[in-house]
This record gives sequence, C-alpha cells and structure tokens, in this order.
Amino acid sequence: MSQDQDNAAEKTNKKPENSDIVNRTEPSAKLASVQKPVTKPAPSTNTLTKKEAEPPAFEKAIVDKLVNEFGNKINVIYIRPLRMKIMVEPRDVLAIAIFLRDNMGFDHAESVAGTDYPKDNQIEVIYHLGSYGTETMEGHIMALATRTSRNDARLPSLIDVFRSVEYHERETFEMLGVYFEGHPRNERFLLPEDWADIPPLRREFRIKGR
Amino acid sequence: MAGVHESKVDEAIEMGMQVVKEYTADDDRLMTLSVGPQHPGSGHFRFTIKLDGDYIVYCDPDPGYVHRGEEKMCEYRNFIQNIPHLERPVIHDSANITYSYSLAVEQLVGIEVPRRGQFIRALTSELDRQVYTLYWLAIYGIFLGHSTMFMWPTADRELFIDLLDSLTGARVTHAFNIPGGVRNDVPEGFKEKTLRHIAYYEKRLKEYEDIFYNNPLLRQRTEGVGLLTKEDAIKLGVTGSVLRASGVPFDVRKSEPYDIYNEIDFKVQYMRTGDSFARAYVPFLDMKESCNIMRQLLDKMPESGEVRAKLQPNPKGPAGETYRRVESGRGALGYYIVSDGTPRPYRVKISVGSFRNILALPHLLVGSKLADMPSIYWALNYWPVEADR
Repeated sequence: MSQDQDNAAEKTNKKPENSDIVNRTEPSAKLASVQKPVTKPAPSTNTLTKKEAEPPAFEKAIVDKLVNEFGNKINVIYIRPLRMKIMVEPRDVLAIAIFLRDNMGFDHAESVAGTDYPKDNQIEVIYHLGSYGTETMEGHIMALATRTSRNDARLPSLIDVFRSVEYHERETFEMLGVYFEGHPRNERFLLPEDWADIPPLRREFRIKGR
Repeated sequence: MAGVHESKVDEAIEMGMQVVKEYTADDDRLMTLSVGPQHPGSGHFRFTIKLDGDYIVYCDPDPGYVHRGEEKMCEYRNFIQNIPHLERPVIHDSANITYSYSLAVEQLVGIEVPRRGQFIRALTSELDRQVYTLYWLAIYGIFLGHSTMFMWPTADRELFIDLLDSLTGARVTHAFNIPGGVRNDVPEGFKEKTLRHIAYYEKRLKEYEDIFYNNPLLRQRTEGVGLLTKEDAIKLGVTGSVLRASGVPFDVRKSEPYDIYNEIDFKVQYMRTGDSFARAYVPFLDMKESCNIMRQLLDKMPESGEVRAKLQPNPKGPAGETYRRVESGRGALGYYIVSDGTPRPYRVKISVGSFRNILALPHLLVGSKLADMPSIYWALNYWPVEADR
C-alpha cells in the first residue's frame, strides 16, 4: 500500500456514529459520588471531519467478522487501508482480545498508549495489535481502544492474552495511573525511584516553566 | 532454620524466579548481581540478576536512567518544533526516528511528498541504518573481547557519516527528514561519492565476515546460546533483527511499503536458528542488502524536481489520529499521534523496537550461564536511550 493510497484513505474517513463512548459501569462505589455523568460528547479526536468514502474491502471484511460475532458491543471508529480501530467497553475487552488472537490472527501488541481526555473525565487506552504469523495480515494494525474513568482508572490487563503488553501496560500504569487488574506488576518502570507526583502524562501535569 | 529457606524459595517463585535447583544449602546461596547502569557494556540500563552457581535464575530489567519525557515534551511544541528533540533518543539512527514521525504528520496534515524528496529520504534512512548497525557491531565486538571488531566498524562508520555530513550538514543529528520531504537537495557529485564509498565498504564487509563471523571463538560463544523459538518470538512481540533471527521474515519495508520502497527490489534477510549468532548475523545481512537498496535508490532517483512540499509555517490538520511505522535499525518504529486540530499534537506515543525487545531479555537469560550474558544481551539490538525515550 503506498503513501498516496494511505493519504487518500485518510480523507475518506467516515464519521463515527457515536463518539461519546462512556464508561457507564461504576468502577468503585466509593468514588461513585465524585463521578459526574458525562453530558458533553467526547472531543472529535476519534472523528475525522472529512467526507465518507468506501472503506477498503479486506479491512472491512475483518471488521465485519468482528461485528458479526459481537454485534453492538463493537463500535467501529475507522477503517482505512491497513488500519482499523474499534472502541469497546472495558467489560468486553478481554473477550474481544481473545477472539482477535484466536480467530483473526492478531498475535502480538505493537504498542499500548494511554490518552487523557479531561473534558470527558476519561482515559482512553489503545492497543495496536499486529500479526506476524498470518502472511496476509502482516501490514495490518488493529487498534483496540477502551475508555475508563479518570477518577478510578481500572482496566482488565490483557497480559494473559498478549504476553507482549507486559512492559507497555506497566508504562501506561505509571504514566497515566491506569491500574491494570491481573497485571503482576503495576509498578514504577521508567520514572525515577523517588517520583512523588501525579502520573506525568495526565493533562494537568505541567512541565516546569511551561 | 529450615523454615527460613522455604519461605525464601516461595518468595522467589512468587517473584517469577525459576528455581533451577533444589534450595538446600545455606541462606546466601543465591547471589544478586546488579549489571549497570555504570557497567561499560550495559549502556544506560540496569538489570538485576540472581545467580545459582553459574546459572542465572532471575532477571529483572530496570530501564529509565535516560528517560527524558519525549512524549510529554511533544505536547508543548508544534509539529515542526518536535523534530530536533525527537531524534535525541537514537542519534545514530536519527533519520529513521524522524521518518515515521514525518509520515504520521503528513497523513494528519494531508500533504504529499514530491518523488525526488521520497528518494532522498529513503536514502538518508538507509545511510543511517548503516551508521547505527556499524556502531552496534563495534560494541558487540568489544563486548565479546574482539578489539579489532571495535576499531573497524567505528572507522568505516565515518564513510557514511561523511556522506550524511555533506548531505545534511550534521554528522549524527540531522533534523533532515521533515514533514513534507527533506530540507535540501543532494550536493553536487553526491551520487558518485556514495557509489565509491559503497564499493569500498562492500569489500570491507567481506573482511568483517572473515575476521568476525567466521571466527571460531565468536561462533562458540554465540551459536546455540540464548535460543528464542519462533513461537516465543511472536508471543513476546519482538521486532527487527531479533524477530528475523527466529525465522519470521517480517520487515516493515516489505509488508507495509512506505514512500518508494515498493519500487525497490530487495529480499528480507532472516535466519531460522534463533540463537545469539543469528541475532548478530541478521543485522550484518541487512547491511549488505542495504547497499543494494542504496544503489537502486541512486539509480532510480529522478534527475531533478522538488524535494519538499510547501508547508504552512504552523501546519495543522483536522482532528484525528494515525499510527505509522518504518523499519529502523532496531525494528519497527511506530508513532501513534492524536491531533485535536491545533498545531500541537494532543498525544504522541513512540513505539520503539528497543522497548519491545527487552521483554525477551529475562526470557533468554533465565536458565543460561552468566558467561553467556554479554552475547545474549547485546545481540538483542537494544538501545537503552531509545527504549527510555
């Protein structure tokens, strides 16, 4: 797939149906009162403002297979050449990850990134899953995203599904304060041993002098 | 005192240690050894190992000594200002770390690079692949006590640094690959000079093979050491030469060709043995293949034309996100960039090969001998500064 096609696909992204994926499960009774109901939709970071066009067939088939299996649990954000993104609820993330690994050929995680959205009081964690074992899927990346509340950021760890997320999840824990349930070591990794501040990739953390 | 021993063993197993032998002797049987961050070979990286006699039974990597918060810094600067500091994590391969960033920003902003610019960009990427891999090879040589292999690549590196100097104006941190293309056109006589250097360099590569890779001492220290099976390599998600040494022919330039790489004829270099020797030899094969790629790039490059697409002073695109990657000297190098429509990125995540490859370090070290630690560790093609970002 060439750069041109990739760029072309960028222009053709469709508007997602619902950009306000809200974590409606109450993660903790203790903090339930603190959490305000989210009224404002998420910022348009998941949407592309450009006009809709026909998504590539191979990628669409992959996503269709997922949607057939899980129905409305899957919220398709975009389908571009070689790239797909789906948004799911935290309670479904494990089942979908297992399905992606066992039935779709995605066998490792390239990257796990957390993004802080203070406006929605949410943190999005996105897994970029790739495939080494399936030849036809080599260049394809499935972005599996889920959102959790900022006040009590907890997500199930995917370490039992993808062994390769171990250090990435640990980094996300210390950088954004997302606790991964089931991960053996939610501990400091890259930051100094005496780090005594909020997780630095949260938006309210400011670099000194800026 | 028997109770003390048992609890210690339980604790060790809980920590993920594999207790190789029955724990019967006195309390201080296991010896803890801290490798780095001041160790001359470890780089800015520390890992703790526990030894039972000669065997490593536990390994815990502790990176972060050169963590500089690149991802946070990106949020304060606009897309162009980010380039000079983004190449700091791996200054020897700075063309590649800014390459995927440029691809991602181009996709977000929606610009297209002129054809001649794409060729020059790919050429700097290949030159830097040589610079990085030679540097890595020099350290691997001295790590295994082969001083000649330290001197030769360090000297031959200058061939490519010299070319990059005349092309970009800087020896290592070029800030040359930018969104939209490259900063300037190639100087006069650059093609001839590069071909001359490559011809000399290929002769040298043969000598490297004779003195280093065919050296019985190196073979004994690396062959059959630190076996990483294909299944484990896939499961651990390693990348680059570590992955290709385990029999997975994966190269981003082939599976997801960017810029003009789909017009270049080259083979993905890989081996099936999965030991330290394969991991040390695959980068060498890559260097050889890279010479072919460079010749083709120089051959097919258009004679004239623009090298850079015109950009706004403060480029910005619509809100959106992208994930783009290139094949660097250490494997796939990806950027996940979220833009909220302002000239500054909302979030930048750099997925680097080094950070993905250290996951294999405890996997390979546990159960092997201490004497094999250097050949296993450095063959992972690990660059501590890049892993920490």
